[in-house]
Amino acid sequence: MDRIKGFNPFTSIGSSALTVFIAAVVLFLINRAIFETTVLVQTLAKALGLGAVYAIVALGFVLIFKATQVVNFAQGGLAMVGALFLSFLAVDEHIPFTTIQNPLIGIGPSWFGWGLSVLVALVFAALLGLVIERIVIRPMIGQPLFSVAIITLGMEAFLRTFANDSVRVQLRPLGIPWGTGGFTLGGTVGDNGITTGGAFVAWSYVAAVITAAVAFVAVFLFYRSRMGVAMRAVAFDQEAAMANGINVGLVFAIAWAAGAVLATIGGIYATQPPIAQTGAVQIETQFIAFRTLPAVILGGLDSVQGALVGGLIIGLAEISAGQYLSQFSGQLGAGYPLIVPYVVMIIGLLVRPYGIFGTPEVRRV
Amino acid sequence: MYRRPHMFTSYASEAKILSSTTQRVAMAVGLTVLVLMPFDLPVINQLPFIRFLGDSDWLRPVSTVLVFVIAAIGLNILAGVAGQVSLGHGFFMGVGAYSAAFLGGDATATVYGHGLPIWIWLPGAGVGAALVGMLIAPIAVRLRGLYLAIVTLGLVFIGIHLGNTDWGRRFAGDPGLGRDFPTLDIRLWKEENPLVSVSDDGQWLWFDAATNQKSYLVLLAIMLVMVLLAKNIVRSRTGRALQAIRDRDIAAEVMGIAEFRYKVIAFAISSFFAGVGGALFASLVGKLPASEWDLFLSVEFVAILLIGGLGSITGTIFGTIFVVLGPLLIEQATRWLDRQTESEGIFGILADTVLTEGPGDFGPVSTGTQSPGWPLNVFDWNVALYGVLIIVFLIFEPLGLYGIWLNIKSYFQRWPFSY
Repeated sequence: MDRIKGFNPFTSIGSSALTVFIAAVVLFLINRAIFETTVLVQTLAKALGLGAVYAIVALGFVLIFKATQVVNFAQGGLAMVGALFLSFLAVDEHIPFTTIQNPLIGIGPSWFGWGLSVLVALVFAALLGLVIERIVIRPMIGQPLFSVAIITLGMEAFLRTFANDSVRVQLRPLGIPWGTGGFTLGGTVGDNGITTGGAFVAWSYVAAVITAAVAFVAVFLFYRSRMGVAMRAVAFDQEAAMANGINVGLVFAIAWAAGAVLATIGGIYATQPPIAQTGAVQIETQFIAFRTLPAVILGGLDSVQGALVGGLIIGLAEISAGQYLSQFSGQLGAGYPLIVPYVVMIIGLLVRPYGIFGTPEVRRV
Repeated sequence: MYRRPHMFTSYASEAKILSSTTQRVAMAVGLTVLVLMPFDLPVINQLPFIRFLGDSDWLRPVSTVLVFVIAAIGLNILAGVAGQVSLGHGFFMGVGAYSAAFLGGDATATVYGHGLPIWIWLPGAGVGAALVGMLIAPIAVRLRGLYLAIVTLGLVFIGIHLGNTDWGRRFAGDPGLGRDFPTLDIRLWKEENPLVSVSDDGQWLWFDAATNQKSYLVLLAIMLVMVLLAKNIVRSRTGRALQAIRDRDIAAEVMGIAEFRYKVIAFAISSFFAGVGGALFASLVGKLPASEWDLFLSVEFVAILLIGGLGSITGTIFGTIFVVLGPLLIEQATRWLDRQTESEGIFGILADTVLTEGPGDFGPVSTGTQSPGWPLNVFDWNVALYGVLIIVFLIFEPLGLYGIWLNIKSYFQRWPFSY
């Protein structure tokens, strides 16, 4: 793979600078762990929550890319439409048949009913993914990668129009049973029974981490199954897989359905802390996909473990930058944490042009 | 070579921009039409179907087309000729616009500006963007395909954020309103009365001209120069090197083309065009916030390329016309349909089925501009249709409008043996 290259000063400078930078960050975190443990715990919990959401959405990108060689820029639109399905089912149509006394937020939808409507919404999302794959992506097999990627951008514009239109006037709540609440770790209990000074952990962080764990374990198990092996074969070489009797169309369909489901889950978590505080679908919900792209690229476009690692790294970078650089927010500009993922991505790509776990493209003359 | 359109006896004759008499005549007619476009001509206005624009509502969108052609050609050189996919064209346009504003804009208490004339700020905008492009190119050279596309997409977000930081605001102005950009007035230096006034109505030589008509002519001149420049770059040594890199980069390297250098050159040229286009666009609009140079703008240029035809400059012009004027046509058509509602006959029925004017109607297009909910308004439909158009063109006509044009052209060229 080594070949004569034009002079590129960024290669060596990039990797040595990165080593120094990572060392500095680690030393800083150790310093914080000793002097401000509570803040660090809270930051790490938040980072884990955000990282888990990124990892879920990144997994959707990676599944679709591995099977069909398409970067699906429409994931954001899918996330929003999927979350709107849930809002429609759970809130507008009252699919949760009863409201009960919920231990976390008082009176709210029952866990069972809400879970049911999530399942139905995910099925709808999967169907949407199947339809898109069949109508838009299937005719493009064999076309240049770039054309297919741009087609998904067109799809995004289409989905986004309808999604934006339905939330422009009022936000669409999702009726999430755990709400935006959370619990406090550590801290001191005062005389009136109120805890002060602990590290706040939102329920959504816990839920996101559990969901991510389930999703990744499911995908790893799936890759061991017969269909999963077929999918890996298709990812390796479409024509060879087809010649061996693998139903490539079915593989495409499964990947897109799974991608849409993961996007929807991402869209649901995008209404929750730490990404948003409203618990309702709003226009910003769709940006979860573009915020996740750095995680996908950093981990490597075609690597499942890359999605996990990339998501966690990007989540950590974004949250800790927001926490520890806030004193410089004047110079860095308001909302600078949202830019941190892209900066991390660019630095990471300088060192590893195919991401951490990505497979380098074999180039032949 | 009469009736032998594809036979060339020398490389020079193949590389000619206008190789046949037909093309030369068509170009001459086309240029005349373009130059006369903004005027109300007494004789031509009497002819059926031919309307020159005069100082109508359409002149401004047509000027926007001219500006977008410049920027789109830049992306075409990068993506179509050199094969480097970029979703960050809006970023480079923004860099150009703020370089122009820095050089040519008026300084206020909150923003920089040096009030220099157009012959400095326009090239300055291109050079500023090209420098930034060359700065980014070494990163981009290491990446391929979709990785490159996503990194350039990141540039757009980083760029908008930089424009909203405290020091970025010194260039970009208020995040909500933006800043004033330099006008197209042609001055020798910073004198009070411009040599040629473009930004206000008034006398030009012996005829009256409104500001839109004047800026159209100035932009047309700039566009023609830039198109010629692009044509010449593409058919020069540099252009051939870029095409070789696009077709197979390792093979090109083996043949002695310095890949790194030519990729940096491609980025520089592309950003130069983007910068000039961005500066002119900002100048045409007059006031823009930094958030205007967003992903949507970049995607619009990718759409222009794909609809027009990747790698062809003629196609880029078709694509720009289609993407910029198409939404306006739909809007006009809706307005026209709105007026037909009361009429009898087929148009009245059509209007009834398509439009929704209030509760109780079930047409898919709502006539209100701000109405939420299902009957989408025209602007939303435009965005949706534009997504659909990208999809349709890519699936059914990957060569874009240029491919359709080639088919039509070859039909007539090969006649009577066309099939």
